[in-house]
Amino acid sequence: MENKIIFDTIWVLFTAMLVFFMNLGFAMVESGFARSKNAVNILSKNFIVFAISSLAFWAIGWGLMFGDGSSFFGLQGLFGLGGSDNSPATGDAYSGVYSAMSWATVPLLAKFFFQLVFAGTAATIVSGAVAERIKYISFIIFSFILVAVIYPITGHWIWGGGWLAKLGFWDFAGSTVVHSVGGWCALTGAIFLGPRIGKYRDGKVFPIPGHNMSSATIGALVLWLGWFGFNPGSTMAADPESIARICITTNSAAIAGILTSTATAWILLGKPDLSMTINGCLAGLVAITAPCAFVSVGSSLIIGAIAGIIVVFAVIGFDKIKIDDPVGALGVHLINGIFGTLAVGLFAQDIFSPGTTGNGLLFGGGFGLLTNQLIGVVSVGAFTLLISSAIWLGLKKTIGIRVSEVEETEGLDIGEHGMEAYPDFEKVSGVF
Amino acid sequence: MKKIEAIIRPHKLDDVHTELQESGFSGITVSEVRGYGRQKGHKEIYRGSEYNIEFIPKLKIELVCSEHKVDKAIEIIIAKSKTGEVGDGKIFILPVEETIRIRTEETGEAAL
Repeated sequence: MENKIIFDTIWVLFTAMLVFFMNLGFAMVESGFARSKNAVNILSKNFIVFAISSLAFWAIGWGLMFGDGSSFFGLQGLFGLGGSDNSPATGDAYSGVYSAMSWATVPLLAKFFFQLVFAGTAATIVSGAVAERIKYISFIIFSFILVAVIYPITGHWIWGGGWLAKLGFWDFAGSTVVHSVGGWCALTGAIFLGPRIGKYRDGKVFPIPGHNMSSATIGALVLWLGWFGFNPGSTMAADPESIARICITTNSAAIAGILTSTATAWILLGKPDLSMTINGCLAGLVAITAPCAFVSVGSSLIIGAIAGIIVVFAVIGFDKIKIDDPVGALGVHLINGIFGTLAVGLFAQDIFSPGTTGNGLLFGGGFGLLTNQLIGVVSVGAFTLLISSAIWLGLKKTIGIRVSEVEETEGLDIGEHGMEAYPDFEKVSGVF
Repeated sequence: MKKIEAIIRPHKLDDVHTELQESGFSGITVSEVRGYGRQKGHKEIYRGSEYNIEFIPKLKIELVCSEHKVDKAIEIIIAKSKTGEVGDGKIFILPVEETIRIRTEETGEAAL
């Protein structure tokens, strides 16, 4: 067998494993940012969501996303990865129904595994914004539909050879495909659920502090590590120059995000809030996800720096309009998913990935690329807003999406799971 | 027999308790409490929203002793926990009706 196939496959599988590991990262960040009485519930959501996602993506998600079909969704090889396919053959040698993926020199199951962990990431983004008040079963059902239908359709437009790809819209590792799709669903979820009891009273915002900053920090670093799979892995090829460069653009955005979010919180709010620092790191990473292969290291520092500032204002802003997001998922994934996508239109340079994006606005390429990016942001946004709203509303009217007031006060660990996370710790009584 | 309840600053526990032990007080119970008297709480800020922490962490120490040892205990507690700043705490003296050692079922002063 050709060495390239071997190296590429090892690379794809290894980076996919890193992205898989991000499920731990999300579990730790989210549970750390929430109260201890809901820890079991949040950990459970993050655990089960990957199981649901794996099933949904295998059952139909992959087929809708990568199957040959229309410009809007796949029509062939829809179910159970059943379409014909002779990967790792590529180009003219490829014969099968997943042509959108025929450029990658790895076996079908490697392609599937890699794309699966990305789909799982989108689903788990939702769990943070809806934390501490969503019914477990409603979250499970929504997640299944997200990965079976919503994510694959928008994904088809961009990575499945659909209309946005044909237009010239570029999203290297998924600022739109993964992060803002997850973000839009998180937004509608948070809106249809309503804020946690006691969060907004008499026109004031009441903080509900997380119970474990150690956990949140572990999570943030695990996510950062996982991103070294997310971004460089999206080459799906062990191409030394580009994977090394993408590691650096990725890291640069993360550190810049940390520095500016910390500075912004320090100046604006008086102290360097660790939770804002963590959000800043993740915001930088989300923002660089689309442009990581197309921009210089210098640009990635700027992109991360801007993301870190944006996220602090976004966290405060969503509270001002009374959309309760316990972990800052909207600021990190939605707002910076959009920003990262648009950043491609600003900072892309043809030299990095010749023949793909061309130059962005700041490098003499004019408004063409930026316009395409904007079209993508708006269309994916509109579609995801509409369809996710419909699903949340449907669930709300049928089985309900929010736990009872009594349950929310007592904690979802008891109400949804009949157990506690820390049964032998002394109980903190009713301060929050 | 009297019960002494003292609310003290948490970091003073070691000094107070060591001295009490060396002075022959044989038992003590400690619990973590929150409260306030004249000492005000402080503000914290989390993700852009300010809130007051009104209840300040303190320790409550409880010990039961014969009446003639009460003054000595108070002297030790004050000497080892006073800082002179608002928030040093309070001591309460309560009468004790009966004391029983569970293991031997002794009562009264013999049970202390």
